[in-house]
Amino acid sequence: MNIEAQKHAPVYEALERFRKQRIVPFDVPGHKRGRGNPELKELLGEKCVSLDVNSMKPLDNLCHPMSVIKEAEELAAEAFGADHSFFMVGGTTSAVQAMVLTACRAGDKIILPRNVHKSVINALVLCGAVPVYVNPEVDKKLGIALGMELSELEKAIKENPDAVCVFVNNPTYYGICSDLRGIVKLAHENKMLCLVDEAHGTHLYFEKSLPVSAMEAGADMASVSMHKSGGSLTQSSLLLVNKTVNWEYVAQIINLTQTTSASYLLLSSLDISRRNLALRGAASFSKVKDMAEYARAEINSIGGYYAYGAEIVNGTSIYDFDVTKLSVYTRDIGLAGIEVYDLLRDEYDIQIEFGDIANILAYISIGDRIQDIERLVGALADIKRLYSKDPASLMAAEYIAPKVCVSPQKAFYSDKTALPIAETAGRICSEFVMCYPPGIPILAPGELITDDIIQYIMYAKEKGCSMQGTQDPYMEYLQVLEK
Amino acid sequence: MELWFSEFHTERVKFSVKIEKHLFGEQTDFQRIDVFESEEFGKFISSDGSIVFSEKDEFTYDEMIVHVPMAVHPNVEKVLVIGGGDGGVARELSYYDEIKQIDVVEPDDVFISVCKEYFPDNARGLEDPRVKVYNRDGLRFLRDKLGVYDLIINDAIDPLGHTAGLFTKEFYGNCYRALRDDGIMVYQHGSPFYDEDEDTCRAMHRKASHSFPISRVYQAHIPTCASGYWLFGFLSKKYHPLTDLDAKRWNDRNIKTWYYTTNLHQGAFMLPKYVEDMLEEEED
Repeated sequence: MNIEAQKHAPVYEALERFRKQRIVPFDVPGHKRGRGNPELKELLGEKCVSLDVNSMKPLDNLCHPMSVIKEAEELAAEAFGADHSFFMVGGTTSAVQAMVLTACRAGDKIILPRNVHKSVINALVLCGAVPVYVNPEVDKKLGIALGMELSELEKAIKENPDAVCVFVNNPTYYGICSDLRGIVKLAHENKMLCLVDEAHGTHLYFEKSLPVSAMEAGADMASVSMHKSGGSLTQSSLLLVNKTVNWEYVAQIINLTQTTSASYLLLSSLDISRRNLALRGAASFSKVKDMAEYARAEINSIGGYYAYGAEIVNGTSIYDFDVTKLSVYTRDIGLAGIEVYDLLRDEYDIQIEFGDIANILAYISIGDRIQDIERLVGALADIKRLYSKDPASLMAAEYIAPKVCVSPQKAFYSDKTALPIAETAGRICSEFVMCYPPGIPILAPGELITDDIIQYIMYAKEKGCSMQGTQDPYMEYLQVLEK
Repeated sequence: MELWFSEFHTERVKFSVKIEKHLFGEQTDFQRIDVFESEEFGKFISSDGSIVFSEKDEFTYDEMIVHVPMAVHPNVEKVLVIGGGDGGVARELSYYDEIKQIDVVEPDDVFISVCKEYFPDNARGLEDPRVKVYNRDGLRFLRDKLGVYDLIINDAIDPLGHTAGLFTKEFYGNCYRALRDDGIMVYQHGSPFYDEDEDTCRAMHRKASHSFPISRVYQAHIPTCASGYWLFGFLSKKYHPLTDLDAKRWNDRNIKTWYYTTNLHQGAFMLPKYVEDMLEEEED
């Protein structure tokens, strides 16, 4: 990596030049540096609204980068060890969808684990590719889906030699990593592309003791949520592409759905964050790692909680573990993860990333300070003192393997009917059901609804999970395929 | 030339002190610390631009936060002081012979050394052989303490800055755990007058009053704090701050004070109506 070059931030520098020129705007946006919307200016600050400008020659255009955005993307590619990078302004969802739409055409098979983010299955609805699920092993105690195992992938490839790509999420929300190098090798040996949803792995590129990153493992494309661990603004993301993929074609795919009015707030945040990561990422993430390890040790010493770390690595389904993640198993104190999540917010003014049936996940990042970690640990200790219950009353957390009956696209566009959730057993679902976060579907379009799944959904609702995906906002009815 | 220190008490109210000399300024891992020399308040120290205490009025804080609980609890042996790196609280505690152990937990060692240099009268409190200073985070220090202390004094003043963790429900909960069955905790309750301060004050009382069976608030006049009017919180597992006050016992000790008396002790718990109403609203 050329450190001197990485000290530049072309989009940011162009915006600074532009600001000093005091150009009179007779173009969009209509708020004209905030003058037309004083309340917004008051809220966001003058500097912020004055940088909310339209694409123009000196600032380049995200839909067809030729100058500063192009340079910024090249710098990002170099920083992440990719052949090409794309600045994305539609969240990592847009990056994931661009990967799938690049690799698959209607009817193509894509091999993927079922515990993917909904954006992946949405992409299948859009392009008509057919999923071949590799069911992940589930940790019986923690109730979380683990990584993609090589033996399972090999089986799926053997049964579906015509598949065009292998898609893997790595690391998972919980920090579980798969054998990425092995997966890439298997995919390539079978003439398949390997796509990686690296939404939770930006930091892997900058702290070398952490699990291997997608580009280093030789993957063909990867989606990196810069706004998660990378420090950029919400909704900004990166798509990384290797030389095995024609990036000009990827650009066309992106432009199918991408806005033509990309926000310079998002673009400059990507540019500045990339520079920050390239120059200071190693030190920052080493600090994040230390904070997460410290929090883990402290939480485990409270008793009752289990903050899991590298000790769960088993070489196959947990090939590696991202120690910057702080996931805590709460069931042994008699509280569902979602209950601890709610208590932390309502009683202790602490907002964590999410709680599921048996775990909570606190996001530790470059913005954290040790005194905030102490608050989290102190609050968990107090919750145990005041609220712990007999764990026997809790439902065991589990991951229920789905049965796919129809392709997501076919299910989504078929004739369907709404039924009360309790009456849907045996029917094929035509919509998503998920707790958000984490946004991993319990049901996806085209999957068989079973009694176990209905029971799980009811329980998650009762415990207070935020349920999404269905047409019915209260999730009392499910859309199922007509018989 | 005129040199003024200014502190915003609200966005629209500014409190200014004429400065003779800027004696010290440094950004530590926790806060920006400055020390000034002034005619009116003598030397004073600020944290992130807010006055922590001045030579002229520190006696009020230190006396009110120490003597009020000490005149109520019949036998204090072990005391925990959180914050209080200046030593003023320890100095007041050192007048009591029955105290055997004073643990002072102050995360910022720069704050301690600056106070030693510029406020030796406070810092001498830390010289007492019963005092042990821990350079640790307060919450972290408390976490594994169970039924150890008779008295906990939270001397941290800023519920929004780097000591925010010391004004939280988990903090009061952890203090409750760390106290013996008849333990008392006192803390800085902020100023109730301005709107934004009032919100903080309410939140503090809500969390504290739900954590202890006895929760009362008392007041003092401190010129350098917002509106000059300051509250303290008194949390207790057993002793009531008024009915368990042993005035004779305390007066027999002959401790020299400038603010505290046992008469004032009783008056300090008689609050203005608007403060009483505000606190009551948070107790449900």
